[in-house]
Amino acid sequence: MLGALIIVFREVIEAGLIIGIVLAVTRGVPGRGQWVAGGVAVAVLGAALLAVFAESISSAFEGAGQEMFNASVLGIAVAMLMWHNLWMASHGQEMAASMAAVGHSVTSGQRPMAALALVVGLATLREGSEVVLFLYSIVAAGTSASSLLLGGTLGLAAGAAFTALTYYGLLAIPTRHIFTVTTVLIALLAAGMAAQAVQFLDAAGLINVLGQRLWDSSGWLPQDSIVGRLLHTLVGYTDRPTELQLVAYIATLAIMTLLTRISGSSRPARAAT
Amino acid sequence: MTKLMPAIVLAWAFLATSPALPGTGGAGAQELRLVIRNHIFEPAELRVPAGKRVSLSISNEDPTPEEFDSSALKVEKVIPGKSRAVVRFGPLDPGRYEFIGEFHADTAKGVVIAE
Repeated sequence: MLGALIIVFREVIEAGLIIGIVLAVTRGVPGRGQWVAGGVAVAVLGAALLAVFAESISSAFEGAGQEMFNASVLGIAVAMLMWHNLWMASHGQEMAASMAAVGHSVTSGQRPMAALALVVGLATLREGSEVVLFLYSIVAAGTSASSLLLGGTLGLAAGAAFTALTYYGLLAIPTRHIFTVTTVLIALLAAGMAAQAVQFLDAAGLINVLGQRLWDSSGWLPQDSIVGRLLHTLVGYTDRPTELQLVAYIATLAIMTLLTRISGSSRPARAAT
Repeated sequence: MTKLMPAIVLAWAFLATSPALPGTGGAGAQELRLVIRNHIFEPAELRVPAGKRVSLSISNEDPTPEEFDSSALKVEKVIPGKSRAVVRFGPLDPGRYEFIGEFHADTAKGVVIAE
């Protein structure tokens, strides 16, 4: 039971952190609840399907199908996050003005909800399929279904509580700072995902440059620890990054900053600071 | 073109047999094998040369899926039951690199020693 609780909790908080941020970013957008819930629901179904087809995905692309799949999922999420920040840079000002005028309850309804719902869905899909495979694995090993159900439910509840904590924590940020904070958060989220994506491409054998390890901070802050995992999802913390990962990380931040500037906003882009 | 063929064949033969070309994930990399049986890795200790790209073929003989997971090796891969998968890692500095089967972390443990 404890095993199920821990694994489910661990996967749920990784997706939950992203869901919490997206909910905070889209505060006041009409219908955002449906978008996010829809993204999660579709992804949970997708995760079950993914687990069923795990074997065929795994053997695709000469055995590198799983890595290719993960890299693609992360790549799409990075693109969606970039688009969101770009959109915010060009529309953020008018939104900020309208928020100041009518209080923060009314915001433009045409924000790129679909892009963020997709990001939520992709995060849930990746973590969810691991949960499904794990639960199947321990059921098949003979753990009783009721014990599994209890552990899984407790893990899910704890993960959901953590998501709520992230959300309300972000809401505590004063309105005038929220744009800057979420822009930076999303840029860091995207940079971390890009760094993970290139590592999957490296594991697939697709790219093989700059594979040297840059440093090893696993002694101070292991990536497997809870704090390490949270920072891994949030800002892309890696205890043994390769040169390529750092390049991907910095390049993503640079591209996002550049795009945000070009999009004509007079708001200074703070993504890289 | 036909005159070039022997040269191409020779080049390929060289590439395929040369012990370890840095940076190739395929034929040139070190090939190693690992078996998962009753949620235990066999062997639990693998010795690999430091500074080279390693390709590890893992055969999961259990009916249940397992996730080969190592933040030290920067690898995370699900291996479905009764199937085989290849993970690639390195070049590694000399040292110990632990890995686990995440779905049965209490029994499925092992270590890669690079030297």
